[in-house]
Amino acid sequence: MRYAKPTTTAQAVSLLNEEQGISRILSGGTDVLVQIKAGMLEPDLIVDIKHLEGIKDITLEDGGYRIGAAVSGAQLGEHEGVAALWPGVVEGFELIGSTQVQGRATMAGNLCNGSPAADSVPGLITADAIARIEGPDGTRDCAIIDIPVSPGKISLAKGEFITSIYLPKRPERASDAYLRFIPRTEMDIAVVAAAVSLELDVDGVCIKARVSLGAVAPTVLLVETAADCIVGTKLDDAALEALSVACSAVCNPIDDKRGTIEFRTHTAGVLAKRAALIAYGRAGGQK
Amino acid sequence: MALDENGKRIFKVVGTRPPRPDGIDKVTGRAMYGADATAPGMLQGHILRSPHAHARIKSIDTSEAEALSGVKAVVTAKDFGLPDDESVLDVQDNCMARDKALYDGHPVAAVAASSAAIAKKALKLIKVDYEILPHVTDVDEAMKPDAPIVQTGRAMEDLPDGLSENVTYHFEFGHGDMDAGFAKADKIIERSFKTAATHQGYIEPHACLASMNSDGKGELWCCTQGQFYVRELCADIMQMDASQLRVTASEIGGGFGGKTTVFIEPVALALSRKSGRPVKIVMTRDEVFRATGPTVSSSTDVKIGMTKDGRITAAHATLRYQGGAFPCGTVQFGAQSAFAAYDLEAVQTIGWSALTNRPKEAAYRAPGAPMAIYAVESVVDELCQELNLDPLDVRLKNAAQKGTKSSYGPTFDDIGLKATLDAAKAHPHYAAPLGPNQGRGLSCGFWFNFGGNTCVSMNLNFDGTVGITEGNPDIGGSRASISQMAAEELGIPYEKVRTIVADTNSIGHNDVTDGSRVTFAVGLATIKAAREAIKEMCTRVAKIWDIDADAVYWEDGYAKPSGPNAGTFDPMSLEEIAAISAQTGGPIAGHHEVNADGAGVSFGVHLVDVEVDPETGATTVLRYTVFQDAGKAIHPDYVEGQMQGGAVQGIGWALNEEYIYGEDGLLQNPSLLDYRIPVASDLPNIDTVILEIPNPGHPYGVRGVGETPIVPPLAAISNAVSRALDLRMFELPMSPPKILKALSSKV
Repeated sequence: MRYAKPTTTAQAVSLLNEEQGISRILSGGTDVLVQIKAGMLEPDLIVDIKHLEGIKDITLEDGGYRIGAAVSGAQLGEHEGVAALWPGVVEGFELIGSTQVQGRATMAGNLCNGSPAADSVPGLITADAIARIEGPDGTRDCAIIDIPVSPGKISLAKGEFITSIYLPKRPERASDAYLRFIPRTEMDIAVVAAAVSLELDVDGVCIKARVSLGAVAPTVLLVETAADCIVGTKLDDAALEALSVACSAVCNPIDDKRGTIEFRTHTAGVLAKRAALIAYGRAGGQK
Repeated sequence: MALDENGKRIFKVVGTRPPRPDGIDKVTGRAMYGADATAPGMLQGHILRSPHAHARIKSIDTSEAEALSGVKAVVTAKDFGLPDDESVLDVQDNCMARDKALYDGHPVAAVAASSAAIAKKALKLIKVDYEILPHVTDVDEAMKPDAPIVQTGRAMEDLPDGLSENVTYHFEFGHGDMDAGFAKADKIIERSFKTAATHQGYIEPHACLASMNSDGKGELWCCTQGQFYVRELCADIMQMDASQLRVTASEIGGGFGGKTTVFIEPVALALSRKSGRPVKIVMTRDEVFRATGPTVSSSTDVKIGMTKDGRITAAHATLRYQGGAFPCGTVQFGAQSAFAAYDLEAVQTIGWSALTNRPKEAAYRAPGAPMAIYAVESVVDELCQELNLDPLDVRLKNAAQKGTKSSYGPTFDDIGLKATLDAAKAHPHYAAPLGPNQGRGLSCGFWFNFGGNTCVSMNLNFDGTVGITEGNPDIGGSRASISQMAAEELGIPYEKVRTIVADTNSIGHNDVTDGSRVTFAVGLATIKAAREAIKEMCTRVAKIWDIDADAVYWEDGYAKPSGPNAGTFDPMSLEEIAAISAQTGGPIAGHHEVNADGAGVSFGVHLVDVEVDPETGATTVLRYTVFQDAGKAIHPDYVEGQMQGGAVQGIGWALNEEYIYGEDGLLQNPSLLDYRIPVASDLPNIDTVILEIPNPGHPYGVRGVGETPIVPPLAAISNAVSRALDLRMFELPMSPPKILKALSSKV
């Protein structure tokens, strides 16, 4: 196994592109190092991207924030601007692991690990966040929803890697929330998860919504049919019930050691309802 | 050794909470655990494990692994002999499979190499030809006549028709007229329960360093609860004299019973013998889960009859336990514990044990008792609900006490059950209001406790300090409590005493640290050793004073003349006596060797409030109080720690911990991520109430406290959840999917 520490994105791209064997990006290392230690992965090349310029920066851009691929959970959580604008994204990311893991873990890494249970991904999808990707053909932007392909697989081509994630600006009276179900209170992986982002008008009526579910299908889902249930409402009981039913309806989970199909399908609806209420309150909605 | 006559003794050191002697080392990372041992020329040992739940090993080809540069030895079952003792052979077979791999993770070969990377590479070069066999992991399935046979020739004698050869053990006991008892009942409830296998979950994985010399002598450093038992097993397996194998126990990062046997030690010794080099083996967490002892899983039927006013008229239990691929007698402990809390006129208990394709069960804190008492206490609770009776009043009404003939035979001496129940009833927790979706549960718990073979040596240093040598690894603060008892007896400050745990060649045999025995038995031997040293000190002082030895007595750390007739002398302190001991006959010591009995059973009562989220099935433990009879709490911090720790392990067992097997018989969750032990934020503060009803079998009244606290939580939490849901639960763990499923079937 070789370890490389490029200082330019061009070097990183060429290292990744030219590697014949298995290559992996090292940023926080909270997935890669664990997988190597567990014997699940034997990479030939590790490319450490932590030393690329701007990779650990959070910058204001067009009213939104560009978050470098090596920004840690701890760094993001302490950033008042991002936490105020996208609290659901930040809270999802901060649920991952322990305090120690938060000092290393990155959102880009969580996304590229390709897990349908990744805690930061539903929030990024409801935020309509954009990943910036460097590769042999230059720079491109890609919606987060288009990155995961199947468990453990992502859409990035050979030689490509994410350098930053952009969280867009949003109007007033807009907010988001993320909830996951775990049988414990921390240090666990989502059995089922839901993120809801919404915008309200001055009367507290929801005018725009995005709903995303984690761990209920091979990839994180964006559930437009669920969002439709709350748009035009003040999240009254009937709207919430419809949201819950719509969420459960799109679930296509597996039975495994972490939960049953039945449990995930039911609880997806419950969490979506609860997350919607939290987001509504954060956006200034009165119940 | 009986309780001291001066039972009203005012203790000076016993009952205080001095700092733990191992504390600084542990928090600074200096403590030497199993994996910290190293030796010059040391090799790394790694084990190849079966990827199948059940398979015949047709052949193993190790030639390519042996040819790999850096590989110094490869061993398989062929490198071991055949011990005469069947139980030792079982241990050996569990460490290295002979003809069949009996469970997922069963070792089939091992490599010692100059680096871990080479050893791992070598494992991949070993070719094992398996014939995959059908498997069984569930106890009820394993007992059926058409079940896959785990091991032939191990069935119980006179196996009844209609049962599988996997059934290795059966018994029945009880007393009284069952039919007449049930006839007197106003309400009879009969229920069946299941519990999953759970792991002890110690933080430190098994680790050892073995060095076999060419002259036949061996050294073994390992993480264990009992270096003497390790020596006995390893010497038998390696076919060497016990005296030639010196075993040194490291500091231990948790054991809970799971480190009372061997898994890697004989393999490391065999690799060392073959390679001529020291060999270290350190298990991964995956290996710990797949191939060390979880506890048994159980299936239990309980039938209890009760009168309208809450008197139990008859009680019956049938327990079926599986303890993995080797015969195991744990069901006996479960059966004996099941009804121990009750004074019963008619009681019958039946036990069965069966083999399955799972790892060999190892002891886990009160082995066998929690699941039996879970079933019994669940039915008692349901009877209380049905008859509209207060669950504490019912337990008080039926509680065993001094003179009660226990369900398992012996008649109880002084026990603290009623006092414990009274304390629970008087506690504000019992009267606190409950909110919606909340429930309160309680359960009694019991453990036998044990004494056993024990040696203690005490040496007075010339500077007046005292060294104590004992032979039981300290898993619960025993070095502190032993030092306290020595300081108490000698009348010197705690800080003047240092207790160490010796290797097998430095002190006589000590039984394993189990059965909650150490504070009781080692404490008792320490008190005796101190009294012997005191006698010697008095003799020396009598010489100096030129009076009879029996005219000198010991009080508060001083030798004093026993009265005016003895003469007038200034009392001599231990320090003064020790300082001149070279002039009065040489170093002063005391020692004591005993097979201690009179351990004194221990009872506890747990009270718990939970809230269940009816939409997700998630249970939150809101409040938890443990009441337990400690006899005499030597170091109350440690006693409370045991009470809290047992409750926490029981909470995990009740709510989320379980060995999950797939259809393929492979363990699905061999990691601390998916084997869900509670984390700190899952738990409320566990409140504790220590009761002290002296054990008549110990000079200070000590009872073991380590195991009883894991017994009640299973039933206490199940009772609380069942009351919160208004729906009786019959299976552990009560994970959210199970609770949600039960709720959906209720409507």
